[in-house]
Amino acid sequence: MATTDKMLVALAGQPNCGKSTVFNALTGASQHVANYPGVTVDKKVGWYRYHGGRVEVVDLPGTYSLTSYSPEERVSRDFILHEKPSVVLNVMDAANLKRCLYLTLQLLEMEIPVILNLNMMDVAEKQGMVIDVPALSKALGIPVVPTVMKSGRGKKELMDAIDAVGKGRQSLHPVRVDYAAEMEPIIREIESRFSSQSRLGETYPLRWLAIKLMEGDAEVRRMVVEKNNSGAALAAFIEARRASFEDQFGDSPEMHIGRHRYQAAEEICRATVKPPSGVKKPLSDRIDGLVCHRLFGPVFLVGVIWLLYYLSIVQGYHITHYTWPLLAKIRSLTEALMPAPGFIDIPVMRSFALWFVDSVNALLNYIPIFLILFALIAVLEDSGYMPRMAFIMDRLFSRYGLHGQSTLPMILGGIYVGGCAVPGVMSCKGIPDERSRLATILIIPLLNCLAKVPLYVLLINIYFAEHKGLAMFFISTISLLMVLPVSKILTMTVLRKMDTSPFIMEMPPYHLPTIRGVLGRALERVWLFIRKIITIVAALAVVIFVLLQFPGISKERMAHYEAEKDQAVQKFNKSIGQTAYAAMLDEEALMALVLYWDDYKNSKMTTKGEEAMAALNEKFKHRHPEFYSIIQAGEDKDAKKVNKAFNSLFKERKRLLREMRKERIDNSFLGRLGRALEPVTQWAGFNWRVNVALLSAFAAKESSVATLGALYEQEEAGEALEERMAKGEAGFTPLHALALMLFMVLYPPCLATSIAVKIQSGSVKWMLFSMIYPMALGIGVATLVFSGGSALGLSGLQAMFAFYGLALIITIAAGFIKDGQEHSLT
Amino acid sequence: MTLDQMKPGGQCLIKRLSVRDKLGQRLMDMGVYPGRRLKVIRNAPLDDPMEVEVDGYQVSLRHDEARYVEVEHGDNR
Repeated sequence: MATTDKMLVALAGQPNCGKSTVFNALTGASQHVANYPGVTVDKKVGWYRYHGGRVEVVDLPGTYSLTSYSPEERVSRDFILHEKPSVVLNVMDAANLKRCLYLTLQLLEMEIPVILNLNMMDVAEKQGMVIDVPALSKALGIPVVPTVMKSGRGKKELMDAIDAVGKGRQSLHPVRVDYAAEMEPIIREIESRFSSQSRLGETYPLRWLAIKLMEGDAEVRRMVVEKNNSGAALAAFIEARRASFEDQFGDSPEMHIGRHRYQAAEEICRATVKPPSGVKKPLSDRIDGLVCHRLFGPVFLVGVIWLLYYLSIVQGYHITHYTWPLLAKIRSLTEALMPAPGFIDIPVMRSFALWFVDSVNALLNYIPIFLILFALIAVLEDSGYMPRMAFIMDRLFSRYGLHGQSTLPMILGGIYVGGCAVPGVMSCKGIPDERSRLATILIIPLLNCLAKVPLYVLLINIYFAEHKGLAMFFISTISLLMVLPVSKILTMTVLRKMDTSPFIMEMPPYHLPTIRGVLGRALERVWLFIRKIITIVAALAVVIFVLLQFPGISKERMAHYEAEKDQAVQKFNKSIGQTAYAAMLDEEALMALVLYWDDYKNSKMTTKGEEAMAALNEKFKHRHPEFYSIIQAGEDKDAKKVNKAFNSLFKERKRLLREMRKERIDNSFLGRLGRALEPVTQWAGFNWRVNVALLSAFAAKESSVATLGALYEQEEAGEALEERMAKGEAGFTPLHALALMLFMVLYPPCLATSIAVKIQSGSVKWMLFSMIYPMALGIGVATLVFSGGSALGLSGLQAMFAFYGLALIITIAAGFIKDGQEHSLT
Repeated sequence: MTLDQMKPGGQCLIKRLSVRDKLGQRLMDMGVYPGRRLKVIRNAPLDDPMEVEVDGYQVSLRHDEARYVEVEHGDNR
C-alpha cells in the first residue's frame, strides 16, 4: 500500500469563489505563507493527512483566466506546468457556475487531473438553482464534488475524490473545447509542426501550446523562441497564421478562442443547470444603491474611515495602557540582569541591553493596535466593501498615478494625522496595477504617521502658540497636498516604464465575514509583522546604537567628569559630617543608596492607589530600614539633613549623566555626521543639533523629540522641553520651525517601514530609493521655505500661507496633466 | 456608439472590442465580449468609473476603458 506517499494538490479558482475557505477547511492550522520566486505574490502552503498519507496543498492566487498578463496568472500557470501537482482542485462558487467554467476549461486544456469543487452550494440552493451534479461531471469528464465548506458539508467526499484521482484510481476523460472549423485545422497544423521540430512537447501539452500561441501569449512565444534552434522561424510561422486568421475571418484569434470557451461553458450549463427563479441578489444590489450613492456613498466612506481610526488607533491605544506594563516588566527584568550602573559610568553592556529592549518594545507596543487594525481590514476585505471603496475614490487618485485601491493604504498611512506607515505599506498588496502599487508604496511614508506628531506639537507650541489650530490644520493637510503631486511626478519619471493593468474589476456581492476568517487573517498578519519586521529592526538597532555611542567621551573629558563627581560627593560628605549617618555612608553604601533611591522613585511612579503605596513603602522599609529612614525623613533632624543633601547630590548625578550623554551624542558618528551636514542644511535653517535629532529619527520617529530632549539639557528641574528649546535656540524663528516641520512631513520611512517597503516592492533598490528621495525632497522644500521666506522677509505664518497656496496650485495643476495609458487598438 | 457614452439604466449589445492585448483580454476574461448583453448600473460619485451588469454579475471599469467597447443601444429588447 502506498499510504506513505506524498501528494501535491493545487487549489485554483476565480477570485471571491471561497477558495480560502476550502483551503482552511482542508489544512486546518497547518499552513504557512511563502513567496513565489521573483514576484510579490503570496504562496499559501498547507497540508493534511489522509489515511496516513501526507497531502500537500498549495493555494494558487485567484484568477479569472490563465493568460500571461498578470503576475498572479503567470504564477498559477507556471506552478501547474512545472510542479505538476497530482491534482488541481478547481474551486468554484456554485452560484456563478457559468463564469467559473471559463477557467475550468482552460485548466483542462493543460491536460492535468482536475477535480471540480462546487462550493457554497447552500447559496446556490437558496437562490433556487438546481445543478445536476452527475450530468455536469459527465459533461466535463471529471469528478464534481458539491460542498458547503463553511459548515464542513462534503469535506470527506472531497478528500476521497482527491485521493482517488491523485493515486490514479479514477481515470478522467476531460472535455475539449471545440474551437470550430476556422481554428481547429490551424491548431492541428501547429501541433504537428511542433511535434516534429521541437522538444517542447515533452514538457508541455502540444494542444495547449498551440492554443496559447494562437492567442498571442507573449510568455509562451518567448519560450518557443528561446528553447528551440529554429525558434525564430516557428514564431514567424505563428505570426503569419495569426495574421491570416484575422484577415480571413475579421476576428482576432484570441477573441475567437475566448468566445468559444464561453460558448462551451454556456452549453454545459444549459444542459446541467436549472437557473434560479426570480430576482437575483436583491439585497446586495440594494446595499450598493446606498453605498455607491452619489451623496451617501462618500459620507459612508468617511464614516468607515472614522470607525477604522477610532476603533484601532483610539481604542487600540487604550489597550496599550494594559499591555505596556508587561513590556515595562521585560525592561526592568533586563535592568536587573545587567551589571549595575556606577555613579557616573554606566556599563556599555547595560546601556546596550536597555537600548535594545527599548527599540523592540517600541514596536511590540503597537501590536494591540495592529491586531485590531488587521482584523478590521479583514472585515473590509471579506465583506466586499474594498472594491466599492476603490470605485468611489478611483477618479480622484487615478489622476495622480494612484489607484482606487490606494484608498485603504492611504487611510492607514495617515491621510489626515495619526496613521502608521507599516500597515499602510503592507496593505498595498491588493493593488493590481504594478505602477500605482509602487507609487502608493513610495508615497505612504510621506503621510502623517502617529510618530511624527510629537515633533509637530512641540514646535507648534513654541513657535505658533497663537495660531495652534491653524498650524495644526496646515500640517495635517499639507501632507496630502504634497503626496499627490509627488506621486504624479514619480509616475511620470522613475515609474514611467512600470507595468500597468486595466482597472476593470468585479464588484462581488456582499458577504457576512466569519469570525474565524477575520481572526485568522489578523493573527497571520501580526505574526508576519513580528517575524519579518521586528526581527530586522532589532538587528538594525545594534547599528544605530554604535553610531550614537561611539567613539564616546575622551579620557580628559572623562577625568573632568570624575573630578566634578568627586567634588559633589565631598560636598555631600561635608554637609552630613555631623549626623549619625556619616559613618554608615561610605562610598559603597552611598552608591547603594543611589540605586535604592532610584528604584524607589521609579516604583512609586508606576504604583497607584493608597493600599499599593503602603505595600510599596513596607517593602522598601523591609529591604533597608536605614535607607528608608533617609528617604522618608519625617521629623528626624539628622535624617532630614541627609535627605536634603542627598537630594542635591542625586540631582547633580543626573545632571552629570545627562551632560555626558549629550557629549557622547555630540562626539558620536551620528553627531559628526550632523555637523558635517550643517553647510548644506543651514539653507534649510537646520543647525547640527537639529540634524542629529533628525538622523536619530531613522530608528523611529518618536526619537526625534527624545534626542532633542537630550540635546537641550535641563537647566532647572521641571522645565519643559518647549522652554528649554526656546532658550537653547535663541536664533530659532517660526520660519525655522516651519521648515523643520515640512522636512518632518517628508521624512524618510522609519526602519520598520523601510523593511515593509522592501517586502512589498520585492526589492532593496526600491527600499533605498524610498529612503533617499524623501530626504532630497525634504531638504529642497525646507530650503525653499526657509531661504525663500528669509529672502522675501516673510514671517513664519506668512510663509505657511504662501507654501500652502503653492502646494494647492501644484496639486490642482498636476491633476490636469494628461497621462493616459496606451492600449493597442484593433 | 461606445460603452462610455451609455447612461446609467441603459442596456446594450456588445458589437466589437476595439482593443487587444492586456485590456482586450481582461475585458474578455471578465465577460465583456461581442455578443453579450450589458446593462449600465451606475456611475461612481465622481462620475468615473462606471458599474455594469453582465450575465448576472457586476463589473466596474473606467470610462477610459469602456471607450474601446463598441455597443449597439437596445433598450426594449
